[in-house]
Amino acid sequence: MGSANDFGFVEPRLREEFPGLRLAWRAVDERVRGSSREVGRRLRELSDRYLGAGVVAMRTRPIPHAYRTFFRQVGVDPDATRIPSEAAAVARLLKGGFESRDTVADALLIALVETGVPVWALDAAVVDCDSLGIRASVSGDRLGSGPEGGTSLSEGQLVVADLVTIHATLFGEPAPGHAPGSQTRRIVVFAVGVDGVPAIHVEEALWVAVDVLEKA
Amino acid sequence: MALLEHDSEVVLHGSAFAPARDELAARRSLRAQIDKLERELSDAFVTAYPMGGLDEPPTRSCAAPRLLGLGELERVRDDLAARVQAARASIAQRADHQAERRVALEKMLLDPGRYRFVRIANREIGEPGCGVWYVKPRLGLIGMLMGWWEVKLSSGCPLATAARS
Repeated sequence: MGSANDFGFVEPRLREEFPGLRLAWRAVDERVRGSSREVGRRLRELSDRYLGAGVVAMRTRPIPHAYRTFFRQVGVDPDATRIPSEAAAVARLLKGGFESRDTVADALLIALVETGVPVWALDAAVVDCDSLGIRASVSGDRLGSGPEGGTSLSEGQLVVADLVTIHATLFGEPAPGHAPGSQTRRIVVFAVGVDGVPAIHVEEALWVAVDVLEKA
Repeated sequence: MALLEHDSEVVLHGSAFAPARDELAARRSLRAQIDKLERELSDAFVTAYPMGGLDEPPTRSCAAPRLLGLGELERVRDDLAARVQAARASIAQRADHQAERRVALEKMLLDPGRYRFVRIANREIGEPGCGVWYVKPRLGLIGMLMGWWEVKLSSGCPLATAARS
């Protein structure tokens, strides 16, 4: 493994309310490519781990439970908006297997399935990594930086942002133009941990994602 | 529900930060209660699954994540508590029904003649599979005339190929 993960800031008010809330990130010089056969084989192996009964009981395991609880504590019903690991499991059951898309999507999916911790990717060109973190939105904040200046956010929403830009709502997909694309030369992957998720799982999720990106 | 615990020390000293700290403690307490209730609801979900699952919650929120105030956390807590209570009631009701059907099956096995043509599915007694216990006359019409009744268990789920053929 290369360099260690970095930890983003968490707004003090949020840190006080959620002591376990954290964001870890790493930047890697990689592009979005088609995945190798090895990654496809790994996804098929991971698909075989899922059985219906296991998916039903998933929410009683510590890490999915921690994310489900956090969702409720921030006003999101996890039965309506599934936590990432449950969403991946349900998609696997419905489609019959995990499908390989590209190196980034596959790396994030493998990290999620192996650790239960969600990981997202951003195009490093639009991120100020040193100030990346989690905060609550304030009046006038906008998501993304599109031609129209992004989408407006209501006050108090939890977002992943740096000093300049809001890249995503917490647990949401990156704003258009912020996810890695064909022009991306450097990728920032970040994972979000909550109360009840051991730090080592968050580190492991990032490590797995970066490992797949580098070897794919 | 348990009453919220307040930080008595802060209240006694009457500090300027007392309301904020008091509210923070209250929110922590509510989050702990939500954690406990979510665990109980998950356990209930898994328990109820083989019985046919839990009913869908009446309202579903797709809100974006945000920092909730005391009142909102209380609403989340109360909603969860109601769902846990409803889930437990539903499980208990289904368990009672299963127990009732198991007793009926026992009686049927002891004295088939008193339960002619009665059918009890494995699913009704909380057993997996498609098997059905049923009372039928031995040797058909002769058994009916002679009062020879027996309990049979059907062979299970239809084969997946049956529909195609």
